[in-house]
Amino acid sequence: MTDDTLMTPREPQLIALNVNGEQHEVITEARRTLVDVLRHELRLTGTHVGCEHGICGACTVLVDDRPVRACLMFAAQAEGARIRTVESLADGNRLSDLQRAFGEHHALQCGFCTPGFLMLAEGFLAERPEATKEEIREVVAANMCRCTGYQTIVEAIDACATARRRACARACPSKED
Amino acid sequence: MTPQESGRPLVGRSVPRREDRRLVSGRGRFVDDIALPGMLHAQFVRSTVAHGEIMSLDLSAVRRVPGVVAAFSADDLAIGDITAQLARPRSQFVPTAMPVLARDKVRYVGEPLAIVVGLDAYAAEDGLEAARVEYAPLPPVLGEETALADDAVLVHDEAARNTLVDVSLFATDGIDDIFDAAHRVVEVDVTTGRQNALPLETRGAVAHWDDREEQLLLQTCTQVPHQVRTVASRCLRLDERAVRVVVPDMGGGFGQKCVVGREEIAAAAAALRLGRPVKWIEDRKDALSASFLAREQHYRARAAFDTDGRILALDADVVCDMGAYSCYPFTAGIEPLMASAEMPGVYKVPAYRVRGRAITTNKAPTAPYRGVSRPQYVMVVERLFERAARELGLDPVEIRRRNVITDFPYTGVNDITYDPGSYLESLNLCERVVRDEGWYDTRTAAAAEGRHIGIGYACFSERTGYGSSAFAQRKMQVVPGFDISEVRMDTSGAVTVTTGTMSHGQSHETTMAQIVADALGLDIARVRLHQGDTDRVTYGWGTFASRSITVGGSAVRLAAERLGDKLRAIAAALWDTEPEQVELAGGQVCRRGGDGARDVLTHQEIAEVAYLRADLLPKDIEPGLTATATFDVFNDGTFSNATHGVVVELHQDTGQVEILRYVCVEDCGVAIHPQVVEGQCRGGIAQGIAGALYEEVTYDAAGEPSATSFMDYKVPTAQEIPEVSVHHLETPCAFTATGAKGAGEGGTIGAPAAVLNAVNDALRPTGTELDHTPITPQTVHRALNPEPVP
Ligand code: FES
Ligand code: FES
Repeated sequence: MTDDTLMTPREPQLIALNVNGEQHEVITEARRTLVDVLRHELRLTGTHVGCEHGICGACTVLVDDRPVRACLMFAAQAEGARIRTVESLADGNRLSDLQRAFGEHHALQCGFCTPGFLMLAEGFLAERPEATKEEIREVVAANMCRCTGYQTIVEAIDACATARRRACARACPSKED
Repeated sequence: MTPQESGRPLVGRSVPRREDRRLVSGRGRFVDDIALPGMLHAQFVRSTVAHGEIMSLDLSAVRRVPGVVAAFSADDLAIGDITAQLARPRSQFVPTAMPVLARDKVRYVGEPLAIVVGLDAYAAEDGLEAARVEYAPLPPVLGEETALADDAVLVHDEAARNTLVDVSLFATDGIDDIFDAAHRVVEVDVTTGRQNALPLETRGAVAHWDDREEQLLLQTCTQVPHQVRTVASRCLRLDERAVRVVVPDMGGGFGQKCVVGREEIAAAAAALRLGRPVKWIEDRKDALSASFLAREQHYRARAAFDTDGRILALDADVVCDMGAYSCYPFTAGIEPLMASAEMPGVYKVPAYRVRGRAITTNKAPTAPYRGVSRPQYVMVVERLFERAARELGLDPVEIRRRNVITDFPYTGVNDITYDPGSYLESLNLCERVVRDEGWYDTRTAAAAEGRHIGIGYACFSERTGYGSSAFAQRKMQVVPGFDISEVRMDTSGAVTVTTGTMSHGQSHETTMAQIVADALGLDIARVRLHQGDTDRVTYGWGTFASRSITVGGSAVRLAAERLGDKLRAIAAALWDTEPEQVELAGGQVCRRGGDGARDVLTHQEIAEVAYLRADLLPKDIEPGLTATATFDVFNDGTFSNATHGVVVELHQDTGQVEILRYVCVEDCGVAIHPQVVEGQCRGGIAQGIAGALYEEVTYDAAGEPSATSFMDYKVPTAQEIPEVSVHHLETPCAFTATGAKGAGEGGTIGAPAAVLNAVNDALRPTGTELDHTPITPQTVHRALNPEPVP
């Protein structure tokens, strides 16, 4: 194995990651997933692991603004991309409108799935601010929650989207509500 | 002015949840978020065969794998077994020792054989592959028929016919004659699939020895911290004082984490051996296949009815497949005993007989799972009523109306006294909502078009306030039930309250604080809860069986009231008046009827006297501000109740069951926080629907579990779970200090029965009735398309 010229998965390498607007350099094994590096090397433990095989969505983060399963990506693959995790949502101590909506609608119980849903919604609403409740439900179906029965998650995201549209309509009255 | 300052109580209002800020910010601390200096990571070598003697276990190659620090077998660790006991004679209960690591025999695929500790989880996993295990395979025992056969291979040598529990109860005199003479006897043969409670956060633990405290600190993901402490101290031969169990934030549990896991004990043992922190995080594959499962049961039941549709007798035989071991502390008795004791449910059943058995098989062991047997027996009883209604030409709701208990307190044929509930009212309201929304007309119209729409109900109660006496009836050797709380006010007037229950999503930090804030007239922001720490919390039985608010919340309330009494006594002494004249409200301590500024003190001012100016206290008042209370429920418990109504459509081409409408009418007594109650209902219903339509762990002939990833185990998403409207009724409970009954499990209990009844209603024209969950698209398709497809 040692004379193998290809990089073995165990061989440490230096990678550079841009996370939440900050540049990080990490020495890590090539086989480590993005979620493991975020959680255990950078200690950004807000992103969770529920399955490690791409189904539950607990590990969802934004990579170049798109929701991505951080358990399905090697950290090395994320070099050069802009990564955003749940830790980026609040502005200091001020929660974002989306985070507040989750609380107001009781869209979380144990809260384990919550960072994944927040990042899923954050990415989705940025792309489709005009999303209908039905579309939101479809998107919410990408991730698993074992506690809430999903309804309040859909309602929280829908309420946030509606409020954003109203605020936008007020700010630019020329546009339609 | 906050609403609370206006003097309105917080209990009964959906105040913002106090746990949310950290959880939506990614600042919760779950067990895998813990990192300690020098921490190592554990993985388990697990059995690949369902049943066999271990001929040899060679870990030498494992220890040579780069990054592996150590590997231990059962012999290396030499720690005690976990043995759950029921205080029933041997013929009724056979205890089975569950070794922390398998020693001589393996009994299911996934059973832990050795713990491998590495520098990180990847390295530990590398080590697993180098383990060499030789087995002498034995035939696996995988089903009821094989297990109970006269010449059955035995999973445990001490359990003849693989039977761990066998009880026959409540045999009413002359019950056979009642069946013989009855106008109509209906029968069902109901089976339910093996399920996984599936908390989204898998199990896990971090253990290390703390030299300064001379303590093992075990940070673990458990619903029952004190019980884990007991088992850890016994297995590791330490005083209980020398073990501290701390539970961080928990990503769900649903019962799977209310029993002691072998892995958390093994991780602790390895940490002691190595003198370094050891972390174990269960991966999803293990969580699906080798963790505690639940629900695989078989009911053969019959009921006798008179011409008016009144039930005369119920006779049932229950067999629960408990898998390879009895779980601690509940034992393999949990499912059959729950079913046997409570099956008559909300109905006036005059004669009753039941046999309940737990059998052991070569499958992953089972633990309680949200609802414990009630989802199943409710399904059985509701099926019997549906069938009787059909055969007697009665409306399915009407037959229930004729049979539900309406006069309280009611003592049933099962020797249980039910406290007042709204069985009939919930049924009536649920039906009215479904009718007013036009679903009956929709069903008729659909039938005319050849579509298959069905309406189903389930009416049930849920024993929630299990006190010591209710558990003692079950003859548990360790008897859960009471809870202890302490409320402590510091010199600033802020309060810390402890509870022996453990929130894993049920919002205790908010609801317990509501209770305390009301009792002390204090701003909720000044109340903080301690839970899940055996050093901070005197004792507790954790969170299961919807007991947290009923029992734990009552202890919290009583302790807070006691502290309130002391505050009043001190204030009265300062004012030279009677304590009755002092009121705690709106964040203040006031003298009733007074109008001058001198008649108002802050909590802080009283607290300062209690601690810093004890010289001002009268002789009969001790300095300091703490109060403790213990609460237990001494009768048969408290009973929440509900009716669920479901409308489904069956799709002819795909066999898919689509839920068009879900209505839940629930009564959990006083709802401390209505939004939380609704959340519990909806979440529970989602899990109930999962059991009714989607989730099942099956095993192949060799005993390999089918579901090892989310590709095979179909957890419903937002596409499958419908919106649920929740309607509240409120019958306050006389036996709890808060008037509350539990609300954790009801959703899961009602959903399978209601869905199954709705599907059968839709299948009515076909003549097929289904009695197995999960109801698969294949079975529905077959029922709708009886002709073989060319
Ligand atoms: S942990 Fe990545 S999808 Fe489940
Ligand atoms: S809130 Fe617990 S898994 Fe979603």
